Amino acid sequence: MREHLIQRHRVVQVVSKILIPFILLFAFYVQFHGDFGPGGGFQAGVIFAAAFIVHGLIYGEARTRLVLTPNMLRLMMSSGVLIYAGTGVVDLFLGGNFLDYSVMAENSVAGQHLGILLVELGVGITVAAVMVSLFYCFSSRRSSVNNNSKKDIKS
Amino acid sequence: MTEHLIVILLLTVLVILTLGIIYLKDLLAAIILLGLYSLVAAAAFVVMDAVDVAFTEAAVGAGISTILLLGALSFTVREQKPPKHSNFPALIVVITTGALLIYGTLDLPPYGDSNSPANSNPQLAQYYLQKSDEEIDVPNVVTSVLASYRGYDTLGETVVVFTAAIGVLSLLGLRRRKREEDPKISEADQRKQQNEDTS
Repeated sequence: MREHLIQRHRVVQVVSKILIPFILLFAFYVQFHGDFGPGGGFQAGVIFAAAFIVHGLIYGEARTRLVLTPNMLRLMMSSGVLIYAGTGVVDLFLGGNFLDYSVMAENSVAGQHLGILLVELGVGITVAAVMVSLFYCFSSRRSSVNNNSKKDIKS
Repeated sequence: MTEHLIVILLLTVLVILTLGIIYLKDLLAAIILLGLYSLVAAAAFVVMDAVDVAFTEAAVGAGISTILLLGALSFTVREQKPPKHSNFPALIVVITTGALLIYGTLDLPPYGDSNSPANSNPQLAQYYLQKSDEEIDVPNVVTSVLASYRGYDTLGETVVVFTAAIGVLSLLGLRRRKREEDPKISEADQRKQQNEDTS
């Protein structure tokens, strides 16, 4: 039945294969263009996650897990927060206040730019990992529920 | 003037969508309407010049939460059960809360009022708008406020997202599925599992 389901969505599979790289590219655009237009880490993270969720919906979540493993997600989730808080701690060591980016480069404006870039990157990584892992949680749960119900019918 | 008309039209659509969500017994349709609600709300935010908020609303509200709710729906049945008891007390609570909230908005300054405390306070909003160019030199003031002036708040938000994920992970788990749908598991393992299942 599973095979049949996947066969039926051939058009969606082909189209999504073309679309997913562009979704990822758009996520990076939103991430790094957030200083100049609407966007930023949060939105970029969600769009980045959306690419993987689309892949998971169409090809099955088990295949997406091979690309973006749960361990990888755990690592990304926590490293995003670490990048953010770490930027603040680095500022402390460089003689500024917590999250005062002005001390991070030779002049304060360049420091602010660097700080905002790092902080937004941290937000983006965390949000993307969180969204994908929430999706994994729900979809893997469903399959186990289905399998259990099948087992009940058999026995 | 046209902007006001568009906002009023969009807000009317929001009310209609909300009523639709309440009255629909088909949960799948209600979730789709919820996604539509977020999209219309995002359009309203765009008209009000809050592009960053609209972006977030469209991405999170219309995109991710719809998917997550659909995932949650797959745990349960598609039709809502008819209520076993009267909803009348709930209606009274909701109407009272709504009336109190509307009463609360009467004290708010009109939309876009330049004399409102948030806009006229020279120490805060004006400072951000005037100094952002020379201090941070980022064209999007929203980003400079969000990431630099209010960086501490954004750190808190990121930690909240992180904590929420930890909560869901500890409840639902991120375990690998071990069933036949996993392409990594070899044929032999599958047969072994099936034998275990049938025995």
